[in-house]
Amino acid sequence: MFDNFLNLYHGFGIAADPFNILLMVIGILLGVIIGVLPGLGGANGVAILLPLTFSMSPTSAIILLSCIYWGALFGGAITSVLFNIPGEPWSVATTFDGHPMARSGRAGEALTAAFTSSFVGAFFAIIMITLIAPLVAQFALQFGPAEKFAVYFLAFASFVGMSKEPPAKTVVSMMIGFALACVGLDMVTGQLRLTFGFTELLNGFDFLIAVIGLFGIGEILLTMEEGLEFRGKAAKIDPKVVWKTWKTLPRFWVTSLRSCIIGCWMGITPAGATPASFMSYGIAKRVSKNGKNFGNGEIEGVVAPETAAHAAGTSALLPMLALGVPGSPTAAVLLGGLLIWGLQPGPMLFVEQSEFVWGLIASMYLGNVVGLALVLTTVPLFAAILRIPFSIIAPVILVICAIGAYTVNNNVFDVLMMMVFGVLGYLLKKTNYPLAPLVLAIVLGPSAEEAFRQSLLTSGGSVTIFWSNPLVSTIMGLGLLAGLWPLVSLLLAKLRTTPQPA
Amino acid sequence: MKHLQAFGLGAVTALGMTAMSMLPAAAAWQPTRPVEFIVPAGTGGGADQMARTLQGIIAKHDLMPTQLVVINKSGGAGGEGFLDVKSSKGNPHKIVITLSNLFTTPLATGIPFNWKDLTPVAMLALDEFVLWVNAQEPYKTVQEYVDAIKAKPDGTFKMGGTGSKQEDQIITVAFQKAVGKKLTYIPYKGGGEVAVQLVGGHINSSVNNPIEAVSQWRGDKLRPLCVFDEKQLPYTDKILGDQSWSSIPTCKSAGVDVEYLMLRGIFMPPGVSDEQVAYFVDVFKKVRETPEWKQLMKDGAFNQSFMAGDEFKAWIEQAEANHKDLMQEAGFIAGN
Repeated sequence: MFDNFLNLYHGFGIAADPFNILLMVIGILLGVIIGVLPGLGGANGVAILLPLTFSMSPTSAIILLSCIYWGALFGGAITSVLFNIPGEPWSVATTFDGHPMARSGRAGEALTAAFTSSFVGAFFAIIMITLIAPLVAQFALQFGPAEKFAVYFLAFASFVGMSKEPPAKTVVSMMIGFALACVGLDMVTGQLRLTFGFTELLNGFDFLIAVIGLFGIGEILLTMEEGLEFRGKAAKIDPKVVWKTWKTLPRFWVTSLRSCIIGCWMGITPAGATPASFMSYGIAKRVSKNGKNFGNGEIEGVVAPETAAHAAGTSALLPMLALGVPGSPTAAVLLGGLLIWGLQPGPMLFVEQSEFVWGLIASMYLGNVVGLALVLTTVPLFAAILRIPFSIIAPVILVICAIGAYTVNNNVFDVLMMMVFGVLGYLLKKTNYPLAPLVLAIVLGPSAEEAFRQSLLTSGGSVTIFWSNPLVSTIMGLGLLAGLWPLVSLLLAKLRTTPQPA
Repeated sequence: MKHLQAFGLGAVTALGMTAMSMLPAAAAWQPTRPVEFIVPAGTGGGADQMARTLQGIIAKHDLMPTQLVVINKSGGAGGEGFLDVKSSKGNPHKIVITLSNLFTTPLATGIPFNWKDLTPVAMLALDEFVLWVNAQEPYKTVQEYVDAIKAKPDGTFKMGGTGSKQEDQIITVAFQKAVGKKLTYIPYKGGGEVAVQLVGGHINSSVNNPIEAVSQWRGDKLRPLCVFDEKQLPYTDKILGDQSWSSIPTCKSAGVDVEYLMLRGIFMPPGVSDEQVAYFVDVFKKVRETPEWKQLMKDGAFNQSFMAGDEFKAWIEQAEANHKDLMQEAGFIAGN
């Protein structure tokens, strides 16, 4: 443990080099831009810029690239809050309360809460990495297919029942999502499914295309119908909004702490930032005193998913470094970078390249502080965007959405699909079907199916594998409890009320 | 991006003109726009790593007048990428790196595509496959592992691999045939994940490429049992204790007669001219001389065969026939 602190001290020496600080600022700014543009996700951004880093030292290179990653994590929240368009998969849950806040003129508060929570989540994760990195890596090894499925199951279960709509509509929406997630290559048999001979469908429906269409385009269609104006127009620009919001945030320390833990856990396992944000939102809604008001612009509904997403995004780097298995797509590209710089990720990296590893960890601390300072100064600026008349901003959003959809796979067909999803999103909203379960199913469906079928292959078809050891049983148990909680609480309420009339 | 491209275009014209005025004899074809480098696999995998290394080497040593832009098109086990190249008839500003899915994807999925739809450029290297077990298992040799498999009923031992009906599963089927017992094959998304699942003890063995598992070997988490090649690997740098790549016996010598090598090659769209192909053959010949490439070959214990032209075509035909036989035998061909 003491060695860790000594190493970290040396690491700060490396990271605090003026050139590296400059790289941090550049990286964060680029990352924020990448995060704002939907489709051009962190993974793409890092992949595009990777070749630029070949001439740098590995430490400087990873500082630049990981700062792009932090920047993208920060930036994803901006469009979610302002336009209901999640720039990144993990900011979908941020739209649930962030956008209603912006609509009621509280965009500045929502952004400040989002950025600050991101910072808190990341900081928690970095401290965890500093203190218990080797232990955590060991824990991650416990996760086979069955354990992974249990985690996804828990994510679905903790989300069920959170929507205000009737359960039947939630289930219908989720099933549409699962059906869409099935299209493309079946990972386990290597066969194509539901492509009907169209080569365009080989790749299935990319989650980002669906989200950009359902949320972004759908939102524009709805707003157009409602008379071409954003209700957030009246937002006052107040430079002190940051300070004012900060004063309210400590009240949510329980939610923050819980979200940090969920985030770290999901980042390490490695399920990633997206399920972490959904799960954290779902649980916060269930547990919080203000739970009923979630979805109408509750600040706690922004704090929960953002904290978890950032904690997960940060801790996802740990399995990458310690085991060589990336916890997120961006981490996967960074992993490619490590190999090109001549570093072998894996159990020996901490021993053989300790200067690099601790330089990176120190840069996480500094990078996040720099990042928070940078993005907070932009809050009044971004909040002001909402003052632009909708008739001007709507075409801009449309173009950004189209570019975003194209960038995902460099495919014009995806832009068409985005439009189709836009209409679908509009129809679902008009008929009061919730979009969130659909999105959750598209995101997690393929991974959950894969883990489920891998588990059954392992066990020869027996479902007892999901109760075969204490770890997997505990997670499955939690999942069942979370999924059946509405029934359980109904039952409890009944038990309590029945004696009275008798 | 637009600006960058415009700038690139200007730079190219300038460079092209100087080159032509200086060397009139060598006024061969040169790219005039950025070249798209299609990777028919996801980011972070073996093919992607190699493509990005190539991109870095070419940029660093100025081997091409224009940029090389890596684009991943991984849909349908790489079918998306191959179809994209197939449909870009006559476009010399597009190249694609292949892995074994060049053969396996059309056979397993029925996607309308064959390597003959592309123009072969060059073989860059061949990727080796090694049989790995967890270092805590008692098996020190292939023989001990095979004996353990034989002692248990079919399907008791679990083999993890990348993807379904692709190279890892083909090797597994061949291995089963050599051993005479069935294993349970469990497909994962990427080689790195397979290696970690093996370290965690969720599977019994894997056929990871050297580069996917080397760090776990160095950390004494995994143990290589044999290499699926006709001869031992040439690399003698020490990896764990006294062991190096060259100290791994071949599977054949241990009585498991299975050989498999995976193509890492470059192809172009159909209908490009011989001159254009010759240009890229030349570029990749230069790449092979760089220290970065040599380092990559050493790190990943690659088989450094290089081929182009008719020799390469003959090799591909042979490889396609082999894959067809192997997949037919395993029942992996798409039904219709």
